[in-house]
Amino acid sequence: MVFERPQYILLPVRVSTIVISFAIALLLNFLPWKDLTLVPDFVALTLTFWCVRQPRLVGLGVAWTLGLLMDTGNGVLLGEHALTYSLIAFFAITLSRRILWFPWLQQAMHIAALLLSVQLVGVGVRMAAGGAFPGWTVLVGPLLAALLWPVLSFVLLAPQRRPVEVDDTRPI
Amino acid sequence: MEHTPPPFFKRGPAPLVRLAFFASLSVALLVADARFKYAESIRSVIGIAAYPLQQIATAPGQLFERVIGFFASQSSLQKENAELRAKLVVTAQNAQRYEATSAELAQLRRLIGALERLEHKATPVEVLYSGRDPYTRKLMVDKGSSQGVRAGQAVIDDSGVVGQVTRTHPMVSEVTLLTDKDQAIPVQVVRNGLRAVAFGGGASGALELRFLAANAEIQNGDRLVTSGIDGTYPPGLPVASVVRVERDASAAFARIVCQPAAGVERNRYLLVLSSNARLPDYPDEAVPQIERKGKVRVKRRKEAADGR
Repeated sequence: MVFERPQYILLPVRVSTIVISFAIALLLNFLPWKDLTLVPDFVALTLTFWCVRQPRLVGLGVAWTLGLLMDTGNGVLLGEHALTYSLIAFFAITLSRRILWFPWLQQAMHIAALLLSVQLVGVGVRMAAGGAFPGWTVLVGPLLAALLWPVLSFVLLAPQRRPVEVDDTRPI
Repeated sequence: MEHTPPPFFKRGPAPLVRLAFFASLSVALLVADARFKYAESIRSVIGIAAYPLQQIATAPGQLFERVIGFFASQSSLQKENAELRAKLVVTAQNAQRYEATSAELAQLRRLIGALERLEHKATPVEVLYSGRDPYTRKLMVDKGSSQGVRAGQAVIDDSGVVGQVTRTHPMVSEVTLLTDKDQAIPVQVVRNGLRAVAFGGGASGALELRFLAANAEIQNGDRLVTSGIDGTYPPGLPVASVVRVERDASAAFARIVCQPAAGVERNRYLLVLSSNARLPDYPDEAVPQIERKGKVRVKRRKEAADGR
C-alpha cells in the first residue's frame, strides 16, 4: 500500500470518453500492422482499463459486442474474440476491487498475467478449431500491452482530472 | 466470488452468471461458425458496422502515400519513365507474339471442335489490411459483393496467383492467400503436364505438393501453373516454382516445397478474376442402383462447385 501518493478525486466519467476510447482502440487494431503477433491488442487493454475503473458501466455485454466487432473485422471465427473479451471483462471486474491499491508497476504485472492467460485461451480455441500454432511470439503482444498500461491509464484518466471550472486565480 | 456485494443493492445477475452466459453464447457462435457455417448472415450485418472503422484505419497510410508521391522528385520519375519505356518495348513484342499465337490457337481449337476458352473479366482491388489473425493468411480488399466479387473467384497479381476470395461482405471481401494452411490449388507442371495439388505451408510462406509418389517426375526449378480442371481457377496462371524435392525411400510420398510465383504477401493492388467458365455436369454413373451413392455424388459436385 502506498499512501504517500497523492490521491486525486476524479470527476465522474463521461460515457462519450469511453465510447471514443473504444473507437480509437478499434482503429488501432484495424491498422495494417506488419507483424500481427507482436502488436498489443489495444481493444483488450482499453476494455481491461474501463472494466477496472468503471465496472458498473463497462461489463461483459460491452466486451462481448466489441469481441464480435473484432471477429468480423478480421474475418476470424465468429465468437473467438467475443469469448476472450468476456473472460477479460470478468477477471478485470473481479480484479477491480484490489488492483488500484497497487503502484503502477504492480498494476501492470496484474494486467500482464490477465492478458497472457486470456491470450493462451484464445490460442487454445484457435488450435481446437484447426489453426496452426503461430509461434511463441504471440505472448509478446500481451506483455507489451501490460507495459502500455501506465501510459493508457494516464491518458484515459486525463479527462477526469481537469478542474470543474477553469479559474486562473485559484491558489491550488 | 466472495467479494460479491450484499443483495440489497440491485445489480442484476452476478458476474459469474453473466460470464457463463456470454461464454456459452460465444462458444455456441464458434461452433455454429466453424462446423455449420450458420453465422454468415450475422457476420455480414456486423461487417457493415465495422466498415467505416476499417476505412478510417487505412486512411493514414493512403494519405502518407499520397504525400510521398506528391514530393517524388522529377529525376526519379524520369528514371522510372525510361525504365517503363524499355519494359514496354519488351512487353509489346511479347503481346504481339501472344496475339499471333492466340489467334493461331483459336483457329486450331475451332478445327478440333474444342470449347473456346471464355475471356475472364478482371476487377482491380486494393488491399485494405491483412486480417489481424496470426493463425491464417488472409487479406481484406476494398471491393465486395455489391461490386460483383463472389466467393470462390481467383485473385492474381502481375506475376501469378495470390489466392482466392473466400467470403464477401457488401463493401469488402476476404481473400485467403495461397500460403494459408487450409488453402489448396490444383496445379500442373509446365515441363511435363504432371497434375498435382499445392497446399499452403502456413507461416513458412511456401507451398507444398502433397501426395505425389516418391518417384514422381519433378525436379528443382519446375514451374507450376493452374491446371484449370477445377473450373474455379482459369488455366495457365503461374502459381509457384519447385525449390526443394526430398525423396525419402521410407516414405510413400515425396516432400516437395515450392516458392509462390506471385508476391503473395507483398502487393497492394490485386486483380479478382471472375470465372464464367461453365464446366459440364458430372456424367451419371453407370450403375445407379444404390441411393446412397447418388448422395455421395451430389456432395462431391457441390465441393467441386465451391472450388475447394
